[in-house]
This record gives sequence, C-alpha cells and structure tokens, in this order.
Amino acid sequence: MEILYTLHICGIENMEKVYSKEILEGIKKKFPNVEIKVHSPRRTYLKIEREKVYEFAHYLFKELGFRLSIATGIDTRDGIEILYHFSDDGAGTYYTIKTVVPKDDLKIKSLADFLTAANWIEREIHELLGVEFVGHPNLVPLLTPEDWPEATYPLRRDYE
Amino acid sequence: MNELNPKSEIRNPKYRIVPIGPYHPLQEEPEFFKLIVEGEKVVDLEINLGYNHRGHEYIAQTMTFDQVPFLVERICGICSDSHPYAYCLAVEDICKIKPPPRAQFIRTIIGELERIHSHYLWLGLAGHFIGYNTVWMWVWRYREPLLDLFELIMGNRNHYAINKIGGARRDILLEDYPKIEAYLNLIEEKTRMFTNAILDDPVICARLEGVGILKKEDAIAYGVLGPTARASGIAIDVRKDDPYDAYDKVDWNIVVFEEGDVLAKAKIRLLECIESIKIVRQCLKKMPEGPIETKIEDIPLGEGIGRHEAPRGEVFHYVRADGSNMPVRHKIRAPSFMNIASNVVAVKGYSIADAALVLAAVDPCYCCTERTIVYEHGKMKYTGKDLLQLSIQKTEKLIRKYKK
Repeated sequence: MEILYTLHICGIENMEKVYSKEILEGIKKKFPNVEIKVHSPRRTYLKIEREKVYEFAHYLFKELGFRLSIATGIDTRDGIEILYHFSDDGAGTYYTIKTVVPKDDLKIKSLADFLTAANWIEREIHELLGVEFVGHPNLVPLLTPEDWPEATYPLRRDYE
Repeated sequence: MNELNPKSEIRNPKYRIVPIGPYHPLQEEPEFFKLIVEGEKVVDLEINLGYNHRGHEYIAQTMTFDQVPFLVERICGICSDSHPYAYCLAVEDICKIKPPPRAQFIRTIIGELERIHSHYLWLGLAGHFIGYNTVWMWVWRYREPLLDLFELIMGNRNHYAINKIGGARRDILLEDYPKIEAYLNLIEEKTRMFTNAILDDPVICARLEGVGILKKEDAIAYGVLGPTARASGIAIDVRKDDPYDAYDKVDWNIVVFEEGDVLAKAKIRLLECIESIKIVRQCLKKMPEGPIETKIEDIPLGEGIGRHEAPRGEVFHYVRADGSNMPVRHKIRAPSFMNIASNVVAVKGYSIADAALVLAAVDPCYCCTERTIVYEHGKMKYTGKDLLQLSIQKTEKLIRKYKK
C-alpha cells in the first residue's frame, strides 16, 4: 500500500489568529508563578499551586469572560491532579488550569460560590476521588448510590 | 444521589413534592426530578442523578485506544456519533495529526445527519408532550428514512462506528450519493413545512412562548451549551469557534435567539436542520478523493482535548496518554451535564403542566413519564398519565380560547 496521506501538524498556519499573546502576558503579569505550556494553537495548559487556583479561576471567569467547561480529577503519583478546563469561546481556545492536591491533605477551595457551573463537577470529583472542596454549598454525592460505602473512591489508583 | 439541599424550600409544610422519575425522561440518562410545588406553581427543583452511571471513564482506562470509540458510542444512543468523534479528535490532538480530507468530509456528513435525526426526535416528543400527537407521528415518519440511510451507509441504524483515530472507518460509496441527496430534498421540504406549521399555529405558539425562560446571565453562570445556550442569546458553537474537519470549508450560519423560552429552542432546532442540510449538500459536492485514514503507529506521551458540537451542545473529551496503548485518564463531559443543571432556574415559577415541557426542552429524549407519581397523605395523587393529561388539558383550553 502506498504511503497514506502525509501527516501535518494541526493548524500551525492559523497560529496568529487563535494563539493570544495578550491573554498569556496578562496572566503572567497577574500570576507570575504560572507555568505556561502551549500544546497547540488552541490548547494551553497553565500550572499553578492550589492556593492560587480560586483567585486564578475568578480572574479567568470574571475578567476574561471564559466559560468553565468542566474539571477533571486524576490520581497520579504526586497526588490528585485537578484540571479546570476553561473555554475562550470567541477565539475557540481552551485554557486548562492544572493543580496538584497532595494525598495527605486533600483539600482545595471550592469555586462554586461564584461559578455555578462548578457545583456538580466538584461533587463528582469529591465522590470519585475523595477531594474535599472547602466552601462548597452542598457537597453530597452526585452519581454513586445512597448505599455506597464511605471513603471508597472508584477512580483512585493504588500507587505504592 | 442527592440529599436535600439544606437551603431548599422543601422543608416548608405548605409545599408538596411532585417526583418525576427515577427512571424518567431522558431515555439514555434516567434521572429523578423532584418538583417542589405550591398548588400548581413550581417553586423549586431538586435533581438526582446517577441511576445510569456505568463507569465509562473507568472502563475506558482498561481498554486500548482503538477499542474506546466502540465503548464511548454506547454512552448515548441518540448521539452515538458525537462521543467517538470528540474522543478521536482528542487522541488526534495528542498525536498532532489530522485525518485526510476525504475522511474529514465523511465525518462531517455523518455528524450533521445525526443532528437532523436528533432534532427530529426532540420535535416529535415535544409535540407529544403538548398533546399534538399528529406532530409526533408525522415528524417521526420523516425521521425513519434517515435511520435507513444510516444503515445503508454504515451498516447499522445506530452505533454506526464511523469514527476512527486518524480517519473514518468506512467510505461513502458513489452510488449512495443520489440516495443521500434525495433524502436531503425530502427533509428540506418537510422541515420548512414543519417550521411554517408550528409558527402559524397560535395554540402551539401560545403553549411554548414565554415558558421556561432561561435568562442570559443564568445561562452564563450554569455554562449551558448548544441550542439551550443559543436560545438564550449566547452565540457559541464549536463548529464555528474551533472549526475542525470540514466545518470551515463549507458555508453555514449559527442560529441564535434571544428569548430563552421553549419556542426559541424549538425554532433553533428546526432552523439548524436547514443549516445541517446545507452543510451535507456542500460536503457531498466538494468531497475530495483520496484515502480515508492516516495510519498511526503509537500514541505518544501527552494529553489532548477533543470537542465536537453534538446535537445538544459541546461534547468534551480529555485523554491523557502515558506512552502505553491504553489511556491513563479519559474524562467525558456530555452537554446534558451542564444543561440539566440549568433546569433549576428554568422551571421555577411555572405550572406543573408546563414543567414536563420545560424539563424536556433542554434535551430531546423524554420517554418515561409513566413513572410520575404524587403522594399526598400517603395516597397517590398524580400518575404519569395524569401529568400528561394536565399538559394536554392546558393545550385544549388554549385551543378553545383561540377558536372563539
């Protein structure tokens, strides 16, 4: 079989249009600790310590007008990693806030008080991974049945 | 499951609970809505989820990358193209590749045909719920040939497995083009007919207009998606914002309304069908020749985000790969996860007769109201039939009013 279609890198030619330097510079000015990783023109990952997540998410939602798409919780060796996926709908770009919550102190400030969209997903991460969202108005399980045993977290991995 | 929210109005003795569920509305996601009512008026809503939690995210982590599309297309029977589509885009984002042009066009065509069948399904059920069974039967009569068309193209009426990482699994044969075009002509004529019939009918308009209004600020706070957001004046559509595959190679429009009521949602779905027809027609015309898949050797270490505009809104998939042949984490977010939460504000202040319709307005699959029962002093008050009856009675009242 002949060589199939040549692989080409996703939309680099459109880089200027979507990859917003101003937004990233503004973020860097306000939050100098942020580690910025541009994966592709439309996908950016921003790593920040957990104490700053609340403030940072507030900045993205209130000042830049991004929409919270969803959050992801991942069990890793370093702790539970939480990713808040924010979408800049005008430019079609995703900004993902990355933070790690250590296993011996599974606590992070809840975003639900200013961001209603975070309400359900925080409940989901709480029941599936056991992260406590401090200040959440109603942190009861969302998906697991009523008779689900306590402190049993289905998405945890048993790393040694 | 949900426990009662301590702030809820539910503890006040003058209120009654009308449970809708547990195995209620949305065929693929049984849910439990507790309407808290004062007389006929809905004052609050509690939503319980999880009756259909099948652990897809966990199962995906135990499968290889190639097997996952077959798993995720079983998340939902109606948008069984959308989930594998978003998943494939996510894995392609990790590998930084794009499928060949022909595969892009094939995927776009199937995505748009699926939108038509999903919107028709919703329209039929909305007709059923306001007591217009003619609309229901009539709309579904024209949805049926589309499912036959799916069977013709992909060998199955549902779960068509057209998406594959790096391409499409099947080609659309040249001999099938005229059949698709013939169907598009039929459905275009019928969509225009339904749009006119619904907008000209004073009873349907009176029944849907101003009901279940979701204000723009609430829509932003809840992060709603798809037709629900576009009916509230938020012009978001992944196909325009973050164009993938063939969507930026064809000409089409986003449909946006400001009102936020059920009528706006119905109009959006009808007009979107027309846009989808436009997209499919242009895709068939511009369809390039060539291979239909890019071969991928290994999935490298990394993470990727895939988003596709499903009939109900943006489907979001996040995949993390560690260099092995299985995903380490696969996060799935269906649009209904955001849209259903917004029912809490959309249903407040309306009557029980409207509630069934408002709760159905965000999501097309609404089937099992028979399970609806009201207990008052230990006695059953409403059954699902009664609830449907209430809705139909309200429509009949309107019909009498307009006949005078």
